[in-house]
Amino acid sequence: MTTERHAISVTVNGVRHDKTVEARMLLSDFIRHELLLSGTHVGCEHGVCGACTIWFDGFPARSCLMFAVQADGHDIATVEGLADNDKLSPLQQAMHEAHGLQCGYCTPGILMTMSHFLASNPAPDEQAVREALSGNLCRCTGYQHIVDAVLLAAERMRG
Amino acid sequence: MKPASFKYILARTLDDALAAKTEHGDEARFLAGGQSLVPTMNFRLAQPAILIDINPIAALSGVRDGASIRIGALTRYRMLEADPLIAARQPILREALPHIAHPQIRNRGTLGGNLAHADPASEMPAIMLALGARMRLQSAANDRWVDANDFFVSAMETALRPDEMLTEIDIPDSPPGTGTCFMEVARRQGDFAQAGVAAIVTLGADGKCGGVRLAFCGVAERPFHADAAAQSLIGGDGSDDSFRQAAELAMAALNPPGSTHASAGYQRHLAGVLARRALTTAHARATTEVRRDH
Ligand SMILES: Cc1cc2nc3c(=O)[nH]c(=O)nc-3n(C[C@H](O)[C@H](O)[C@H](O)COP(=O)(O)OP(=O)(O)OC[C@H]3O[C@@H](n4cnc5c(N)ncnc54)[C@H](O)[C@@H]3O)c2cc1C
Ligand code: FES
Ligand code: FES
Repeated sequence: MTTERHAISVTVNGVRHDKTVEARMLLSDFIRHELLLSGTHVGCEHGVCGACTIWFDGFPARSCLMFAVQADGHDIATVEGLADNDKLSPLQQAMHEAHGLQCGYCTPGILMTMSHFLASNPAPDEQAVREALSGNLCRCTGYQHIVDAVLLAAERMRG
Repeated sequence: MKPASFKYILARTLDDALAAKTEHGDEARFLAGGQSLVPTMNFRLAQPAILIDINPIAALSGVRDGASIRIGALTRYRMLEADPLIAARQPILREALPHIAHPQIRNRGTLGGNLAHADPASEMPAIMLALGARMRLQSAANDRWVDANDFFVSAMETALRPDEMLTEIDIPDSPPGTGTCFMEVARRQGDFAQAGVAAIVTLGADGKCGGVRLAFCGVAERPFHADAAAQSLIGGDGSDDSFRQAAELAMAALNPPGSTHASAGYQRHLAGVLARRALTTAHARATTEVRRDH
């Protein structure tokens, strides 16, 4: 089989990276193993759990269902880019205060999904939050505290 | 798990993509949204030798207006959800899209990839069948249109030949006085449907049902149109009884596969209940349409 490598140039959290990758390298593995940004988690590798959710050109996507080579020339955001140095984002802060995580495995994916959701839905009701969360599995919390955190963040972001 | 090695071809134009597919045939697969293909590669259920990435081909993406609506195969679900033309002219698509997976999947997944994948549980094939859509299949040498009814052959099997790409979907406008409805039952928001139904009712000038379409997903090896059930309603006034009878005809025609989470009998039951409800709603919407036109 071919082990052809492809030169790619990807912007991640505003920083440009030039690398070469094998075609079969998943974007999730590229982010974790090549860029050493291990905040992006990998659960199922078939699109179901949402732990690997990143933003691809500004929209949440499963990084386990893309190849790194497809990110050439594109813009990626990961959980590492959410905080402003030591200052947590409103949603991160609310997750902390409302106990929106236990083991934390699902948390990066949930933060990436719900930050985007809040940006386009500033005043969601609980049902809308639950629906938006449906693509991210959490095995610990039972979701209630995550829902609380998202609603709290929404309230604060509305000011 | 991780995908097996493959050769990656980035196609920048339709001609490039079609030329590569002609050269490599069944060895190669097109990579659209990757939301069905990549999971199967990660599990090594699929090990294509070559992937032809069609994502850069802008000409394959977008919704075009005309006597009918034309949707480029690479148009992502997200774009369809936000498209004003789709909302106005084909509201059944708008109604069904949120049932497909989750926003993260819909940000990548494409209509063409969905239809080419031909998952029998998927919503869009049943809707295309109900709407009488046509698929444009192009190869380097050929360019043909295939009706939805002939396009879907069996589970994960379509009329696509090894050198062909689905490039465009053509959806005819419904006549005035048409109401539509899509409904499904899934275990969780975003899961594949245990049963789903697309109902389309067109009222004639006399207020009777002039045209009815009733297509199911999730209950057969391909999207299924309940001919006898739809036919039974023609010329009727859309009474509760007529919808109940139509639902029974549809149930009798179905032979659902059953699954871990839904027995064949339960799927048939769901199909009947959904058919009755969707027909009722489509009929009510058609009635509102007629009032608005007068
Ligand atoms: C967690 C999860 C939940 C899901 N839930 C649902 C659901 O509820 N309902 C549903 O319908 N789907 C669901 N899907 C599948 C999703 O809709 C896929 O996006 C879609 O079926 C395939 O579209 P794609 O663009 O991603 O195609 P790809 O995965 O890129 O391709 C699929 C197949 O079609 C071929 N192909 C792609 N484009 C073309 C073309 N233009 N011409 C010819 N062949 C082509 C590919 O070679 C491949 O064989 C789900 C997926 C995931 C990961
Ligand atoms: S690891 Fe990507 S969705 Fe589970
Ligand atoms: S906190 Fe453990 S999986 Fe969500």
